[in-house]
Amino acid sequence: MWRDSVLVAGKDLRIEIRSRVVLHQVVPVAVLVLVLFAFALGPDRSAMVQAAPGLFWVAVLFASVLAVQRSFGLEAPEGARDGLRLSGLDPAGVFLGKTAAVALQLVILEVVLTAGVVVLYGSHVRSYGSIVVAGLAGTFGLAAAGTLYGALAAGLRVRETLLPFLFLPVAAPVLLAGTRAWQSGLGISAGHAGDPWVRLLLVFAAVYLALGVVIFGPLQEAS
Amino acid sequence: MIPGDVTVAPWSRRATWGLRALGIGAAVALAATIWLGLWVTPPDQVQHNLVRLVYVHPPIAWVALYLAFGIAAVSSVLWLWPRTRSRFWDRLAVSAVEVGTVFTALTLVTGSIWGRPTWGLWWTWDARLTSTALLLVLLLGYLAVRRVPGDPDARARRSAVVALVAAVDVPIVHFSVDWWHTLHQGATVLNANLSPTIHGSMAWTLLLGFIAFTLLFAWMIAIRYRIEVLSEHLQDSELDVALHERWAEGAGPQPSPAGGALAVSGRRA
Repeated sequence: MWRDSVLVAGKDLRIEIRSRVVLHQVVPVAVLVLVLFAFALGPDRSAMVQAAPGLFWVAVLFASVLAVQRSFGLEAPEGARDGLRLSGLDPAGVFLGKTAAVALQLVILEVVLTAGVVVLYGSHVRSYGSIVVAGLAGTFGLAAAGTLYGALAAGLRVRETLLPFLFLPVAAPVLLAGTRAWQSGLGISAGHAGDPWVRLLLVFAAVYLALGVVIFGPLQEAS
Repeated sequence: MIPGDVTVAPWSRRATWGLRALGIGAAVALAATIWLGLWVTPPDQVQHNLVRLVYVHPPIAWVALYLAFGIAAVSSVLWLWPRTRSRFWDRLAVSAVEVGTVFTALTLVTGSIWGRPTWGLWWTWDARLTSTALLLVLLLGYLAVRRVPGDPDARARRSAVVALVAAVDVPIVHFSVDWWHTLHQGATVLNANLSPTIHGSMAWTLLLGFIAFTLLFAWMIAIRYRIEVLSEHLQDSELDVALHERWAEGAGPQPSPAGGALAVSGRRA
């Protein structure tokens, strides 16, 4: 399973390195979302600082929809999906590999976005540890849930519209918990108020990773 | 009418009668709840006549949030489990979700109607309201997946996975939204009313309300299940009709034995 997941992740990342679709299109869109939020909020600095954690996670959420769509779009042409299914790779490994690839791309995106939040909104990072842990846990949760739904929608004619409709409500707890954890990490809320939220993010990630490992096999057969 | 002489309705006489009895039982129980709720029970000291919503809103919420979602989740798991896989679970799941969506929407609507005079708001970002609203979106997502055309088996598999993934999300949503709101949320109106000092006739009416809406739910599920069976039959027979029509075209002027007759009646249907 682990070897297969490394293979699949390597494949997806190699395609990304050669095509740079996520880096050249999805990351700029996410930064653009930050700029658009700033337009919507007006030039008031304090409002932006207050809203920054939430806006960051909303941007990540939208970007993760794009990243997942890209991840399964790779396999749409020339029957690559069937090829992958017939390759004899462990479905759990395929799931973990695709999740890891999406998560890694999202992590890079989040680093850029964090810089964007600091530069554009003037946020100050109070505790790097807590925002990194929250960021990683949230990212893996989003990637796992997104990969599940991506596989579900792949191959359907309505996949572009179906994926966000299915995925965003399920990902709502990540937005909520991620925002709270970051509020504490960026010094907007006091003390260790973010800790239970980080735990919730970890639980979310663990639950969806486990569910994906179990369910990805039957899911691949359905698409 | 289904084209051809297909005996639809895998329903025995007993099942038909059972369904009717269930429907009548639900109607009687609902009528009794309305009568008791509107005329017999006294108004509340605090909420006056508004309290009568307590006979409707919690039972609907119970059906929507526990019965419908529970049935959908369990039957989806049973469908995915190879040993217990049968079309029955798939049909039951879609019936439960579809009826459950109606009840979830009703939960929000009746809650909103209750909230307006008591809280002064149609909507508030209360924990329960928020998680119920998210639940409604999850249910609508299931129905959207359900509407995607395709092979019934793949569709059943997709929908079962969606139901399962959504079901796993429900406790997470519940806790996150609960924590989110612990800062603002005091005791709800509901808790105040359901204190042990509830009036005798009110308690009985509330219990009857729960029974009535559960019966109504069961009846609606059974009807919806039957619709699912009938629509599967219809799809199968439409395919047959189309096949026979093609064959009839190929056969030229010679009338093909059974197919031609079926095709003609099929076109009229």
